[in-house]
Amino acid sequence: MTTRIDTRFAELRKQGRAAFVTFLMAGDPDPATSLAIIKALPQAGADIIEIGMPFTDPMADGPAIQAAGLRALKAGMTLNKTLDMVRKFREGDNVTPIVLMGYYNPIFIHGVDAFLTDAKAAGVDGLIIVDLPPEEDDELCIPALRAGLNFIRLATPTTDDKRLPAVLANTSGFVYYVSITGITGSASANATQVGEAVARIKRHTALPVCVGFGIRTPEAARDIARAANGAVVGSALVDALRASLDAEGRATALTVGAVTDLAASLAQGVRGAAQAAE
Amino acid sequence: MTIQKPNSFRSGPDERGHFGMFGGRFVAETLMPLILDLEKAYADAKADPAFQREMDGYLKDYVGRPSPLYFAQRLTEHLGGAKIYLKREELNHTGSHKVNNVLGQIMVARRMGKKRIIAETGAGQHGVATATLCARFGLDCVVYMGAVDVARQEPNVIRMEMLGAKVVPVQSGTRTLKDAMNDALRDWVTNVHDTFYCIGTVAGPHPYPMMVRDFQSIIGTETRAQMQEAEGRLPDSLVACIGGGSNAMGLFHPFLDDPSVEIFGVEAAGHGLDKLHAASLTGGRPGVLHGNRTYLLMDADGQIQDAHSISAGLDYPGIGPEHSWLHETGRVKYLSATDEEALAAFQLLSRLEGIIPALESAHAIARVMDLAPARPSDHLMVVNLSGRGDKDVPQVGEILKGRKK
Repeated sequence: MTTRIDTRFAELRKQGRAAFVTFLMAGDPDPATSLAIIKALPQAGADIIEIGMPFTDPMADGPAIQAAGLRALKAGMTLNKTLDMVRKFREGDNVTPIVLMGYYNPIFIHGVDAFLTDAKAAGVDGLIIVDLPPEEDDELCIPALRAGLNFIRLATPTTDDKRLPAVLANTSGFVYYVSITGITGSASANATQVGEAVARIKRHTALPVCVGFGIRTPEAARDIARAANGAVVGSALVDALRASLDAEGRATALTVGAVTDLAASLAQGVRGAAQAAE
Repeated sequence: MTIQKPNSFRSGPDERGHFGMFGGRFVAETLMPLILDLEKAYADAKADPAFQREMDGYLKDYVGRPSPLYFAQRLTEHLGGAKIYLKREELNHTGSHKVNNVLGQIMVARRMGKKRIIAETGAGQHGVATATLCARFGLDCVVYMGAVDVARQEPNVIRMEMLGAKVVPVQSGTRTLKDAMNDALRDWVTNVHDTFYCIGTVAGPHPYPMMVRDFQSIIGTETRAQMQEAEGRLPDSLVACIGGGSNAMGLFHPFLDDPSVEIFGVEAAGHGLDKLHAASLTGGRPGVLHGNRTYLLMDADGQIQDAHSISAGLDYPGIGPEHSWLHETGRVKYLSATDEEALAAFQLLSRLEGIIPALESAHAIARVMDLAPARPSDHLMVVNLSGRGDKDVPQVGEILKGRKK
């Protein structure tokens, strides 16, 4: 099975550069603006797009992404509407990989089989589900792989060499290395430590390793892109979006541009890095 | 769905932490290695006689156990039915059953070499118990408490601070117990290397529901022996209030395989089951939150809904996974009591027995007010008086004063 994610990493390997991976919350601050942003991201330089599925209780997220989820829910976002958004994006872009990221409960309530069918049909390529460790692989990971979706696992500084094989066993697409122990949007990653961690993971897998948490500037994105196969930026983009809203939290004429401008400069950072040797 | 009746109701969970379909370990990868360490450390402690001896010593001399099983004569006469006994957990040091579990977890934390303890709290009873034992053992203590609860349970906030704990008012989400748990989990993810999360109820990822139940089971174990001494036989029924469900599980678990014992859990019906409430089993369905699969209050899209109860300790949209399983297998019958019923029971017990119950425990008393009269005078009913009402005196005083005007 080859997904758009596999194809994209194969292309990037030929180009000798790392992936720029963006994260934004579906429906933030409203479904129409959110779709407009997502549609504009590939042009701004996003190689892979992660879309958050809003949840009331995002236990691994910091204040920026918590607030983004609440804005989206307030604007009436649901799991079905998130899948609609992917469908509409796919009408104009059949190559940029889409990864849905979030928590298990909305999927469990939607029904795992129905969700996988709907997600595949909408054009989703992979899933990152924060609260499903390998110990719960039977829930969604195995069915997702069977349905032809990538299941992208988080590895963290606490995932030691003994545990890595279990974490990597059913992982596909890429490995998402969480560069800090902490919630999204908090501390920033140290590129040297990240490099060591990526090297450690690569001793256990041939999959690309993308690194996220704490990347906020083009310089930081460049440093991470030198050390890994991809740099993921979430909270910084969400913060830029929030800063563009009016006093009532509604989108303004500046909102789409605020996000895509930052994305473009981060993408430049990533493209400025020579890829570390494989 | 058909539910398989198990051979024993006391054998769970399985090695993956499942009680039937409930329980499990739904946590971020960052926490998973620590949760596996905890599972091992707890298994080692459980098998170590020295651990049990040390626990027993503190339970007796520091907590003040055993807690009495008291025949509530005037309440029995007033209700005119079953003979009502109160299991006096409110007489424990710190004023509730919470200390039983905290003592156990702090001793496990010490075995693991953890120096920093975090906890979530609703009414503040678990927070006070945690702050107390951290003071006793010289550990750093941070308690997450919803900002709404900080306001309505001020006496407990002051107590925690006097004991040297840092109380963090949680401003996220609905600013009550579920959000306190979210923020405690966020702290844990961030400080996983040196921090032990002391969960206050029989919920969260495996092994917490099992471990907390084991530490609380002393309530039921003592009750069995005390009832044997008082009446020469088992009780006929047990009643306890349920938020997450730790006091109830502690009383129920030693009796689950005694079919003659009827068991009732009482959830918080808040303003009423058709309005805002906190009755997860009565008004919710299975979902995944805070590390486990269990009954939850949520909307059609799987978004968690606000719970409401007059009692901060019951104001939670979920329940321990073992309760969800006992509900589906039918072993325990789950009822509910509204804010108004709890307030009436609070006043009744204060006036008749000279015992001011916690608002949480008053929910159990509220259902006793109709369970007891419907049963004969030789029926032995045990109610878990899980906490004392000192912390609720300002809040209830305000409500009653407002009504006199």
